[in-house]
Amino acid sequence: MIDVENLTRVFGDVTAVDGITFHVNEGEIFGFLGPNGAGKTTTVRMLSCLISKTSGEAHIADYDVSNDSDSLKIRKIIGLVPDNVGLYEELSAYRNLDFYGKLYECPEQRRKENIERLLRMLELWDKRDVKVGTFSKGMKQKLAVIRALIHDPEILFLDEPTVNLDPESSKIVRDFILELKEEKKTIFLNTHNLDEAQRLCDKIGILNTKLRAIGTPEELEESVWGKKTVIQLEQVNKVILKALDKLSLGKIVHNNNKLTIDVVNPELDNPNIVNAIVGAGGHVQYVTELSPTLEDAYLKFVRKS
Amino acid sequence: MKLWKSWVIAAKDFSVFRNKKSVIYSVVLLPFVVSISLPIAIGSGQGIPPVLLSELLNSFSFFFIILAASLTTVIASYSLIGEKVEKSIEPLLATPTTDGEILLGKCFAAFLPTIISIYVGLVIFMVLTDIMTYKTLGYFYFPNWDIAIMILIITPLASILSVELGVIISSRVNDVRSAQQLGQLVIIPFFGVYILSQIGFISLHINNLLIISGILLVIDLVLFYISTITFNREEILTNWK
Repeated sequence: MIDVENLTRVFGDVTAVDGITFHVNEGEIFGFLGPNGAGKTTTVRMLSCLISKTSGEAHIADYDVSNDSDSLKIRKIIGLVPDNVGLYEELSAYRNLDFYGKLYECPEQRRKENIERLLRMLELWDKRDVKVGTFSKGMKQKLAVIRALIHDPEILFLDEPTVNLDPESSKIVRDFILELKEEKKTIFLNTHNLDEAQRLCDKIGILNTKLRAIGTPEELEESVWGKKTVIQLEQVNKVILKALDKLSLGKIVHNNNKLTIDVVNPELDNPNIVNAIVGAGGHVQYVTELSPTLEDAYLKFVRKS
Repeated sequence: MKLWKSWVIAAKDFSVFRNKKSVIYSVVLLPFVVSISLPIAIGSGQGIPPVLLSELLNSFSFFFIILAASLTTVIASYSLIGEKVEKSIEPLLATPTTDGEILLGKCFAAFLPTIISIYVGLVIFMVLTDIMTYKTLGYFYFPNWDIAIMILIITPLASILSVELGVIISSRVNDVRSAQQLGQLVIIPFFGVYILSQIGFISLHINNLLIISGILLVIDLVLFYISTITFNREEILTNWK
């Protein structure tokens, strides 16, 4: 659905996006994580045909983003929620949506149905005739999401859709994104929010001008340090450590009667470890797995860059 | 180019303007006040020789061209800078609408209310002036070829010039007031012509009016070229301040 190869954008002397390559499948939620100035918004703008690329290739549903005649077709099949909601504050919610529905060439009947359906879904139908200037940030953000969906786009670009929202509004927007996934929409999500990315995304790219890593949230987490088993003992002694050495495991860290052991296959290794400790006279209090988080992965790749 | 899309954009802008009292006051009230006060001024100056009166009437008519240029700037500033201030330019550019359609929509939005308002003002001005000057002149001064050129050629050209200047200014400033202040510079040459006609340095009759129309047309074409270069997606999102 979205194919990007060696995509680069240079502004004067500054390279905003440097040779990124990735692929997003139909119906997938792809998350772009990265610090401010990493090139996330520039990438979305290039893919939305708002700005040109310096080099590389990008295709949206087989249309070339650099081809002028394709760019109008691309804009018809995508919806964009920019980082600034950019609504007309003097107009009502309905008038805002109706305006964009017309520009997206959405037939009148379908436009009316979509506006009502989406406003009801995001609990704004009762506010349809109220000026947007009186809306809260959360309501505006929800309206911006609706605006991007008014023409039933196949692909949705969301640039920080929950930034500045209170937890309740964030949850409504997140749940709505998951509903869109059920409708098989392809979603490209720019976010700073690691928890949000973890909950929503099938695949995540970590961007800091260059694409530093890409994979499922689980793959990214595991890439940080693999798997570790943590064992809390009543007392750690040399006999126990010697018994564990014989198992030829990975690195073992001993701290306050707690052993943190690198393992390759926890299902196979953990029983052997416990047996060895018990055999050496140790008293196991608990065994747990230590999992790296997406935050660990993010920090690792961003700091590395 | 789909003209209906430009009209949709203009219609949206009209809805926005309806909620901005300053725009309504400027566009409706100002031409109305001028269209009434100028004939009253003419009426109070009874005894002016007919030859001088004819020069004075053309000079006063030219005042509406200054108004057209000035009011278009006010609206164009709201129309273009408003999108920047409300950050609505990016979602607008993300729609399947061409740069030309958006630019034309913005031109309609600034041009049409001004032209309608100026034309209504001019009709009132002409009717009242004819009533006030019939005794002195012995005939109805308006309509005539001079005012026809002013209404049908110079006023639209002056208004278009303001829109184009508005586009160029919008790319360099960030708030409506600055845009309006800069935009008002457009009236200086028109005001110069008005003053020169008032002091009798030039007469605003058909030949001179056609020369002014020609000069305006050339300036409009040059500014049109510059404004189309200025108003494109890439420029707006990467270089506009």
